[in-house]
Amino acid sequence: MNDMRMTERGVDSKNIKMKARKVQVFYGTNHAIKDVDVDIEDKTVTAFIGPSGCGKSTFLRCLNRMNDTIDICRVEGEITLDGEDIYDRKVDPVQLRAKVGMVFQKPNPFPKSIYDNVAYGPRIHGLARGKAELDEIVEKSLRRAAIWNEVKDRLDAPGTGLSGGQQQRLCIARAIATGPEVLLMDEPCSALDPIATAQVEELIDELRERFSVVIVTHSMQQAARVSQKTAFFHLGNLVEYGETSKIFTNPDDPRTESYITGRIG
Amino acid sequence: MPLLWLFVIVLALGALGFVLGRQRAIASAGGDARQLHSLPNYYGSNVAILTVVPALMVLAVWLILQPMVIQARVTSLIPEAAIEQIGSRSLVMSDVRRVAEGLDTAVAAGALSEAETRGLSTDETDVRARLGEVGVALGGAVTPEVLAAALRYRALDHTADTLRSGLVIVLAALGLAYGYLRTRQEFRARNSVERAILALLMLASTLAILTTVGIVFSMLFETFNFFELYPWREFFFGLEWRPSFEGGSDLGLIPLLWGTLYISIIALLVSVPIGLFAAIYMAEYAGKRFRAVAKPLIEVLAGIPTIVYGLFALITVGPLLRDYFAQPLGLGTSSSSVMTAGVVMGIMLIPFVSSLSDDIINAVPQSLRDGSYGLGATQSETVRQVILPAALPGIVGAILLAASRAIGETMIVVLGAGAAAALSLNPFEAMTTVTVKIVGQLTGDTNFESPEALVAFALGLTLFVITLGLNVLALYIVRKYREQYE
Repeated sequence: MNDMRMTERGVDSKNIKMKARKVQVFYGTNHAIKDVDVDIEDKTVTAFIGPSGCGKSTFLRCLNRMNDTIDICRVEGEITLDGEDIYDRKVDPVQLRAKVGMVFQKPNPFPKSIYDNVAYGPRIHGLARGKAELDEIVEKSLRRAAIWNEVKDRLDAPGTGLSGGQQQRLCIARAIATGPEVLLMDEPCSALDPIATAQVEELIDELRERFSVVIVTHSMQQAARVSQKTAFFHLGNLVEYGETSKIFTNPDDPRTESYITGRIG
Repeated sequence: MPLLWLFVIVLALGALGFVLGRQRAIASAGGDARQLHSLPNYYGSNVAILTVVPALMVLAVWLILQPMVIQARVTSLIPEAAIEQIGSRSLVMSDVRRVAEGLDTAVAAGALSEAETRGLSTDETDVRARLGEVGVALGGAVTPEVLAAALRYRALDHTADTLRSGLVIVLAALGLAYGYLRTRQEFRARNSVERAILALLMLASTLAILTTVGIVFSMLFETFNFFELYPWREFFFGLEWRPSFEGGSDLGLIPLLWGTLYISIIALLVSVPIGLFAAIYMAEYAGKRFRAVAKPLIEVLAGIPTIVYGLFALITVGPLLRDYFAQPLGLGTSSSSVMTAGVVMGIMLIPFVSSLSDDIINAVPQSLRDGSYGLGATQSETVRQVILPAALPGIVGAILLAASRAIGETMIVVLGAGAAAALSLNPFEAMTTVTVKIVGQLTGDTNFESPEALVAFALGLTLFVITLGLNVLALYIVRKYREQYE
């Protein structure tokens, strides 16, 4: 049934949003990512799958330079956003992260009110000219994150008081409030129950209309359900990258097939 | 039997109990420790606890009660006339104790035999001289009443000592036997050791609480005495502090309180920004290697005795402030000033604020930092808007702890700000604090029945109430923000 849904959703755009070429990542002396080439298409959900420790999260964190905050981490190769090298000296990683937003594995709302959580990004980037405009951004983001109806009456309540699924949707609202072009999601559903997972997955599908979404997931069903493109990582190598339907039904590489059928990983 | 020996015997019995209990447990399981309910050591510990704990508890109670009981029984031997002659009952009794102890020393040194001691009488022997020979100095000649009382005291004391040793050893032996007989394969030794540990922990916390209560009560009684001699209105609202031991002194709290608060505020104004910023740098910006060197260095500041800070204030900071600020600005010519003490106390408090804040900031989950960076926030935006709000309850706690320290500080004030009470806004004027005056009123020859000495307790209690208030406030703030954030 999932496969049916997958084929129905065609890929509407073939624009390349982000391009990675010969990316190497080292943690100290450990060579964590080897020679990865990936093209992330615009308005597409791209899933990164692979066994634990295969480097998919590390690679995801390269896409908005979150690895910069880790001292011993070194990135080589070229990653471009709209044709511009994001590791260029001219690029301010802080500005880059406003364009390439990120949602983390564990919901991490700030110890602030729901409103302030969502308004955080717009405030630091000066996206709103006044209170009214900020209110509008917050409402729009919360609506897009499909959580508006649940929180509209308690925007002043602390974000940490929400349930796990609500917190994760709040974090998604917070990430989309800065108006990113690419949204990176690092196992966004791993701390959620099945119902909250279903809500977040539905949300990801809607987000695709506006952004390009890159999701790291351990659940192959999830990758099959939400993504159009899938990349399979194994031991720091990108083994196979292509249409999700192809990866899951007719993979080229035997390692991909073994992983998908549950023989490795 | 000397106390130490008694103690050693009880402990030895406990050790014996441990070994026996362990052996019996293993034997009851047919030599296979796996058949036991608990590990063999638990059986041993159980017997050891039953041997040692009741015996030592009885010993402790006995040690407290014995002098009281003996004293009560000996006092009646001394006629009222003798008491009036010397002054008070407690003075006579301390004489009696000294003579009794002196006789013990004399017997131990071989100057007197036990029989001779019993037959002593003031008519035949100069007791004072005889005792003086073995190094026991007495204040005056020993009267027959005192000697009689001392002899009685000795006799009672010896009987009580013998009884005590016997009782404690018998109790220990009984405990050992009871524990030994209870040791069987299915006996839940692990659970009973657990209960003993629980009791130990409860005892420790009870003692801590009782001590606090005791301190408060001792202060409370003396304060009460003070307010019987001195009107409370004039103490709490008096604007003058002019004690004079001839009487008729002004003992107003306000100037001292003002000095305390003024100096503390300056100290906090110095220590909080520096300490907090240092903590933020250490926790968020500094590299591992720098932190490994810098953090211990800052903490060294916390280990410097306050008297050394006082010297620093006296010979360095004071003259510096006077020559470069106070005199050019025309604010004073004294090197002892509120500013000097405040600044130096601030330096002393930096490690408190920074070290506690550093730990608190480090405890903020990394996921919050990631979340903020992931939205494109810079480091300082993250610190200001995410990390500090999350760490706020802890930081407030750290600041209030520093404030309590500042209010209670004495040495730096004595050397830095002087000992003259004053009510002034000029930060370059000498002032003093509550703590300094407590020391001042109690050092030297003091008569504990005059308000000038007793005022120290009222001051102490006031200080205690203030710091208690600060701590309650800290707890309240911490709790309030916790509710909001977790």
